[in-house]
Amino acid sequence: MRKVYLDNNATTRIREEVLRAMLPYYKEIYGNASSVHEFGRAARMAVDDARVEAAGLIGASSIEEVIFTGSGTEADNFAVKGVAHALKSKGNHIITSSIEHQAVLNACKFLEREGYKVTYLKVDKDGIVDIDELKASITDKTILVTIMYANNEVGTIEPVEEIGRIVKEKGVYFHTDAVQAAGKIPFEVKNMNIDLLSMSAHKIYGPKGVGILYIKKGTKITPQMLGGHHEMGKRAGTENVAGIVGLGKAAELAKKEIGEEKKNLTILRDYLHKGITARIESVRPNGHPEKRLPNTLNVGFKYLEGESIVLNLDLEGVAVSTGSACTSGSLEPSHVLTAMGVDPAETQGSIRFSLGRDNTRDDMDYVLQVLPPIIKRLRDMSPLYEKGK
Amino acid sequence: MEGQYSEKVMEHFRNPRNVGEIPDASGIGNVGNPVCGDIMRLYIKVDENEVITDAKFKTFGCGAAIATSSMVTELVKGKTVGEALKVSNHAVAEALGGLPKIKMHCSVLAEQALRSAIDDYIAKKSRKAA
Repeated sequence: MRKVYLDNNATTRIREEVLRAMLPYYKEIYGNASSVHEFGRAARMAVDDARVEAAGLIGASSIEEVIFTGSGTEADNFAVKGVAHALKSKGNHIITSSIEHQAVLNACKFLEREGYKVTYLKVDKDGIVDIDELKASITDKTILVTIMYANNEVGTIEPVEEIGRIVKEKGVYFHTDAVQAAGKIPFEVKNMNIDLLSMSAHKIYGPKGVGILYIKKGTKITPQMLGGHHEMGKRAGTENVAGIVGLGKAAELAKKEIGEEKKNLTILRDYLHKGITARIESVRPNGHPEKRLPNTLNVGFKYLEGESIVLNLDLEGVAVSTGSACTSGSLEPSHVLTAMGVDPAETQGSIRFSLGRDNTRDDMDYVLQVLPPIIKRLRDMSPLYEKGK
Repeated sequence: MEGQYSEKVMEHFRNPRNVGEIPDASGIGNVGNPVCGDIMRLYIKVDENEVITDAKFKTFGCGAAIATSSMVTELVKGKTVGEALKVSNHAVAEALGGLPKIKMHCSVLAEQALRSAIDDYIAKKSRKAA
């Protein structure tokens, strides 16, 4: 059976070049990057080379601003909790949005239990944060604004440049979770008033289990992982050398190919979208029509529940998701779609198609061939459908 | 959680039995709401000996909701109304080879849909008798 993977916002397939670059660091160059001997020095050199590539992808001004972590989630936790703890004497207020990834939301909830106050900004129907509410929410107690660069479920790209300007004027730190944006859309942190930025390797065809937190020079942050002096004393733990090498290679390739890939994915994504709309009635797109990740298409199929669509597509070899893989264990409707004001009944039938570099037009044609009969069959089974007829 | 469904659940999800409506149903049960993600409508046809001769369903919901709907219609066909009332959510889940914990509420919904259809049948019958 044909297999079509359209869940690249959950994770991507590691690129051959990336895997090849990593393997020697499991086999021959297995030293601890902190060791002084040759085995260690070779590993250290590889880690530093990867730091250069990572800094290059996000446009950091110095490699010392890049700290390797164990995941995007760890980077988010480090940023949010680390800044909150470092600036405790200055204030106790954090501003975030209502559509963040669980990593940021749950770190904020944790801080609320520690006595911090958190404002969750509203978003509009396209998922763009309310800038006026942001301006009105900043007080002299505000120590951190954390707003994602692009949303994982609907792909909406937030106005981070504008947010950076506003936050900078007030002398507050700005963190952005760029796990979905980095490598997909070009940006340079050094020109954007961003103090902290998270990204992850496995969303850009790198390995799982490695991410970075960009920390602008001079930013006050309390380490969350204590131990040795790794990562300039900011994150203890023996470096995942092979993983870091993989991140570096993936970053290098992403930077080189970002323009081409953005163009290709947009064309394929829009082809899929048009095809779905032409073949299936009562479909609504979720997310901003233009300010959106090039690979992401989230659509709601009215009268249906998402999991039954996901399972049926899976039986046809097509991998999609109802939203975030990190929330699929939950029965709650998507917090992102709910915040965007999507009708509760309609959030249930929303499906995320997230494309990647391996996808072809044939893949899209296959989906367009198998999807309509699935939707028809499920709608014929749905007690809500006849009401809509 | 996807991927944790038993083979039997997936089999009923793929080929649900008794999908549809019964135009002259003896009883119709409606349970659930779209906000929580599941709606079941169950139709039963009961003969003069109180035997359920046919059962059909329409369901909006996840894989487990569809599979439990399918299974409950299979379980009650041929049973008397009295016997059908004893079909519990656990019996439905068990007949499906178990359900993931997070999906057990689907079997509860199936039991409720059945009860609701039987209640409707009894109410209709007593109206006729009156």
